[in-house]
Amino acid sequence: MIEVGLNHFLVVSTLLFSMGIYAIVTRKNAIMVLMGVELILNSANINFIAFTRFGNFGLQGHLIALFVIVLAAAEAAIALAIVLNIYKTLSTVNIDEVDSLKD
Amino acid sequence: MNVYDFIFYLFAAITVLSAFFVVTNRNIVYSAFFLLFTFFGVAGIYVLLGADFVAIVQLIVYVGGILILLLFGVMLTNKITNVEIKTGTINIYPAVIGVGLLSGSLLAALITSTWKTFPTDAPLPTTAALGTMLLQEYALVFELLGIILLIALIGAASIARRET
Repeated sequence: MIEVGLNHFLVVSTLLFSMGIYAIVTRKNAIMVLMGVELILNSANINFIAFTRFGNFGLQGHLIALFVIVLAAAEAAIALAIVLNIYKTLSTVNIDEVDSLKD
Repeated sequence: MNVYDFIFYLFAAITVLSAFFVVTNRNIVYSAFFLLFTFFGVAGIYVLLGADFVAIVQLIVYVGGILILLLFGVMLTNKITNVEIKTGTINIYPAVIGVGLLSGSLLAALITSTWKTFPTDAPLPTTAALGTMLLQEYALVFELLGIILLIALIGAASIARRET
């Protein structure tokens, strides 16, 4: 078995990315779509940190990963506020039934 | 196969398997709890890559913040007493084909390409260096992120509490 190197981490992040896309495409519930987005952001972070470790770039990849985490927190807060508002207005969070901007 | 490789395969298996359960489980609460294991696995991978500070931030922000927020969203938008908590799926077969093609082409691209890697030395603690960079070269980005978080806080509160 070959030694764990850059490719192994990239394969893990690719699998996470694919499953995030799968969740976004197939799930009806808006919160499940948010979970897919979080999976994709995590896979991007794994890429940043793996290239920081195996390339000679300094620590900028770690900083970008921290910025991504902060933006993910802001995005989750805003998106959940919108989802709560949709649920209050239309009584559903299935995104295939939400087809009007106001009731 | 040394200890490092074994721990990597352990964390990679935790991450990928629990992410698979997240996207395939029909019960959204189970999905949220499997997402917990995914985030833990990703934090372990960060530690293996020598990113100690990012791993701790991942644990604090994702597991302690975003996951709790998602669980609150699940609780507030579903009727717990009914069986409404199961969620439907659409477009299964086109999604499987499309995602399979996408991930296959990505995997083929990254395995066949030769990355230019440097020999890795033992990882050093990164917290002091990150703090210095954050307050010197990246001070503007740091302040902008603070403003973005404040705007997100005010915006989320005003959207969720709007009285009609």
